[in-house]
Amino acid sequence: MADTMQFDLVSPERRLASVQATEIQLPGADGDMTAMPDHAPVITTLRPGIVRVVSSEGTTEYVVSGGFAEITSGAASVLAEHALPVSEMTQDILNGFAADAAEKQQQARPEEKDVTAKRVADIAALASEIGLASS
Amino acid sequence: MPNLKDLKNRIASVKSTRKITKAMQMVAAAKLRRAQDAAVAGRPYAERMNAVLSGLAASVGKSDSAPKLLAGTGSDQKHLLVVLTAERGLCGGFNSSIVKLARAKAEQLIASGKTVQILTVGKKGREQLKREYSSHFVDHVDLSEVKRVGYANADGIASGVIDRFIAGEFDVATLFYNRFESVISQIPTEQQVIPATFEDTGETGTVYDYEPDQEEILADLLPRGIATQIFAALLENGASEQGARMSAMDNATRNAGEMIDKLTIIYNRSRQAVITNELIEIISGAEAL
Repeated sequence: MADTMQFDLVSPERRLASVQATEIQLPGADGDMTAMPDHAPVITTLRPGIVRVVSSEGTTEYVVSGGFAEITSGAASVLAEHALPVSEMTQDILNGFAADAAEKQQQARPEEKDVTAKRVADIAALASEIGLASS
Repeated sequence: MPNLKDLKNRIASVKSTRKITKAMQMVAAAKLRRAQDAAVAGRPYAERMNAVLSGLAASVGKSDSAPKLLAGTGSDQKHLLVVLTAERGLCGGFNSSIVKLARAKAEQLIASGKTVQILTVGKKGREQLKREYSSHFVDHVDLSEVKRVGYANADGIASGVIDRFIAGEFDVATLFYNRFESVISQIPTEQQVIPATFEDTGETGTVYDYEPDQEEILADLLPRGIATQIFAALLENGASEQGARMSAMDNATRNAGEMIDKLTIIYNRSRQAVITNELIEIISGAEAL
């Protein structure tokens, strides 16, 4: 059994990470999940949250604003619309996410209300997790 | 024959034009590098997105429950042409070639009795299409304030387009942009985005589990896939624009150089003619005494 898997984190504008990881924790839309080598192939959507990558060099954390992840036995790719290392996360960026989500909620068609409301809540949860004020 | 002073002024003016075109060429070269880097950086995302979506589309696409964005409305009466052009001119045939392609398509659709709507991105395309098709315009996206095209811009365009689709304003959407081949060659391209099409990657699919289920993921991903395609087109277009401008300005610089040489020869000739004339006058004056 392989003990590492290829992990890629890409946003439309750039590739943020490409490392060999032993463990990846993902904020799946239906609940957190951890992918390890030889995981069954899964495609899941992500909610706004934190992706933790454990590799031989330690644990790295990234904030993602949603997107999706594709996991196969030897690799995991996270495709996120916005992604950045937790250390670069600022209140401003968070406020941007929150404002965006709030605006979407305003404009949402009735059948989408649930989804957008969840998104607003997810961002608030993300804010408290990394110790920033949720606006 | 123009007098010497005029010639001198003319040479000076062509020289300063040459300086400007040279500077523009260098700026375009620097911007081209950045644009190409951006296009390359965007590729992994677009490729993964395409691979996942084509897999999903293949398994869900045939069923009746397939989302309309993928399966289409079942009609192709109403067309939306999304024409991506530059905000600025002086880039050779860049804008005209896109507009030409879009115009040909519009003519063909109108001739076959379809409804055509046009959405322009970039000022230049709008200006060129305004004369003939202003009654077909539905919207215009202005990117002139945007220094670097980001995913957010593409997302904005995409959600505008998708909202119109959901509202039933059109059945088929086609993108027009220039694909970047090299500095001297940009290929005007039309690409259908709605109903969504994805290149078959030939990856014989691993069987994935889906969380939540396939339909929901597909519904979530399709708008993003369309935004990604628009984003890729914007990036290609950006690189093409700079490439086209660079070669256009290179040509202009060279032409200005040739013109300066020609004018300098004329200038020197007329200067000599003046001197010869004066000499003849002096000599014949001396002989007359």
